[in-house]
Amino acid sequence: MLHIKDLHAGVEEKEILKGIDLDVKPGEVHAIMGPNGSGKSTLASVIAGKEEFEIIKGDLEFEGEDISELDPEERAHKGLFLSFQYPVEIPGVSVTNFVKTAINETRKAKGQKDMPAGEMLKKIKEKADLLEIDRKFLSRSLNEGFSGGEKKRNEIFQLAMLEPKLAILDETDSGLDIDALKVVANGVNKLKSKDNAVIVITHYQRLLDYIVPDYVHVLMGGKIVKSGNKELAKELEAKGYDWIKEELV
Amino acid sequence: MSKYTEDDLKKELETKEYEYGFYTDIESDTFPVGLNEDIVRAISQKKEEPEWMTEWRLEAFRYWKEMVEPEWANVHYEKPDFQNISYYSAPNKKPKYESLDEVDPELLETFNKLGISLDEQKKLAGVAVDIVMDSVSVATTFKDTLAEKGIIFCSISEAIKKHPELVKKYIGTVVPQRDNFYAALNSAVFSDGSFCYIPKGVRCPMELSTYFRINQAGTGQFERTLVIAEEGSYVSYLEGCTAPSRDENQLHAAVVELIALDDAEIKYSTVQNWFPGNKEGKGGVYNFVTKRGLCETNAKISWTQVETGSAVTWKYPSCILKGDNSIGEFYSIAVTNNFQQADTGTKMVHLGKNTRSTIISKGISAGKSQNSYRGLVQINSRAENARNFSQCDSLLMGNDCGAHTFPYIEAKNKSARVEHEATTSKIGEDQIFYCNQRGIDTEKAIALIVNGFSKEVLNKLPMEFAVEAQKLLEISLEGSVG
Repeated sequence: MLHIKDLHAGVEEKEILKGIDLDVKPGEVHAIMGPNGSGKSTLASVIAGKEEFEIIKGDLEFEGEDISELDPEERAHKGLFLSFQYPVEIPGVSVTNFVKTAINETRKAKGQKDMPAGEMLKKIKEKADLLEIDRKFLSRSLNEGFSGGEKKRNEIFQLAMLEPKLAILDETDSGLDIDALKVVANGVNKLKSKDNAVIVITHYQRLLDYIVPDYVHVLMGGKIVKSGNKELAKELEAKGYDWIKEELV
Repeated sequence: MSKYTEDDLKKELETKEYEYGFYTDIESDTFPVGLNEDIVRAISQKKEEPEWMTEWRLEAFRYWKEMVEPEWANVHYEKPDFQNISYYSAPNKKPKYESLDEVDPELLETFNKLGISLDEQKKLAGVAVDIVMDSVSVATTFKDTLAEKGIIFCSISEAIKKHPELVKKYIGTVVPQRDNFYAALNSAVFSDGSFCYIPKGVRCPMELSTYFRINQAGTGQFERTLVIAEEGSYVSYLEGCTAPSRDENQLHAAVVELIALDDAEIKYSTVQNWFPGNKEGKGGVYNFVTKRGLCETNAKISWTQVETGSAVTWKYPSCILKGDNSIGEFYSIAVTNNFQQADTGTKMVHLGKNTRSTIISKGISAGKSQNSYRGLVQINSRAENARNFSQCDSLLMGNDCGAHTFPYIEAKNKSARVEHEATTSKIGEDQIFYCNQRGIDTEKAIALIVNGFSKEVLNKLPMEFAVEAQKLLEISLEGSVG
């Protein structure tokens, strides 16, 4: 599904990613962990196509297609979703209106007509129930005055509505208390299937207690320095990142 | 991967051409340029006005001669040469049409291009249309339905002839001839405009709607509108306009007077899309408008405006809250792009007891434009328990535009409660990227953000107008992506 090979990328002159290799197949959950400044969020942004990041060299393929030259919305239309670490506020635009626009723009890009209002409402209701979201929440302005937990839950609600093939969760656990974390993780688990895949980017192991990864990668200095299974995450939690650094020397 | 930056956004906004720039070639009957008492008399004569009206105009002209153009507004432009303007222009064929078939096909074509064809308008439930094309009304519909209720809706020229007692009683009572430079000019030379009278206790069953257009090279347009709502009546009035592209500056100085008698309510909505000038800042309409309403006891006046056009705008729809318990409202969206300059806002003058006013102003600036809100809330010493709430929000796009807020508050009564809130925000790359990531392209993202920002005001517009206004906002701000 996602194929990344020897990817180098950065901002202006500064190289941040220094040769990433990553393969994600349908049905898999990958966790990317690493200390601050290791390039985790940069990787997410580069995959999603954020303008300020430039690919210096390497392959970035999604579903067998080179997406490195595509606009972010074109990548989204192909089924790529990024749950933001810091979701932005858009005053005056309700959650419902935003999600509706996103769905219909994606359909338009695929040459489909707008989703009929009835079907849209049904889907909204279904997904809101699934994620235990209060209906009142949906008529509020997007992220405006939302608590940290509400923002993240809203990201997962959009994930549920857009049904992407690949979801990248960038530090979805940051700023969440344990209850909110459970709700968000449960939501992601309910949405998981053999056809889609998830990349969880996190600093801490605790989210991985709830979203159990098939693979864990450690990102340091812009490179994946170690890969393993979920046990690796536990080891990191217990021992920190220093032992890997030492191993590398 | 395309690098979409704020610079690109800026470029995109600048390259959006005026979409409604075309010009209808209809033979016009145009006066020579210049202004003197003879011209004023000639206008009055042309319109077959009674003596008192001619005198009223002449009086205004004499005031005007003594006045100077105001310079306090935050706008900079080359002052028009008032002796180089023709003060009257009417389409040559000017019969009053009974049906669309009789209307000049070229005129209909113009309206079709604008997407506001009469045909559509007529089909739209409950909208009577009184079109002002250059200065003379060329078509009026739904008149019969209105007549049944005793409502008068016609051109001001017709009203001067058929209902002189009403016009004489109210014209200039809210905006006196010598109120300001432009109002004086308008009072002297106003060409045409609309007149509306709602009898006591009548609720006008449809939205009254007028489309104004400026369509003759070098012809200033001086509209005069007078709306009178008798005791306990209600009317919703819509005014909208677009104008053809033109190289030279066009002057527009309208006067609108609203009179809401005891327990009456007037809702006045405007969508304004006059030619703003090209992206180098050349051409465009100068819009110097005086709009004011008078509220008697328990009366209410709401001004709602969506301003996207004009090179220079100078406009402050205001309310004189004379009667006790009267209410004034002002909801405004002002968009400026490229080199547009807008200085707009409102005045709420609280004279009566328990008077209330609300001001919601949304300014959107892009390109190299300057957008100013100027508002005055005045609480008179006799206005016990007066209340005002003002909110002024500015949205900036790019780094070369400006947003300014000039709120003035004068409270002479200790029981007054005046609240003012203001915010300034900027459409950021992060917001755009967030939308992009959800599959929403940049153009649509800007429209979404702008609509969200303007929502409180858009919600105040009548349904059919809200749709048009939303379209205008998009046209004014979006560029073709890619």
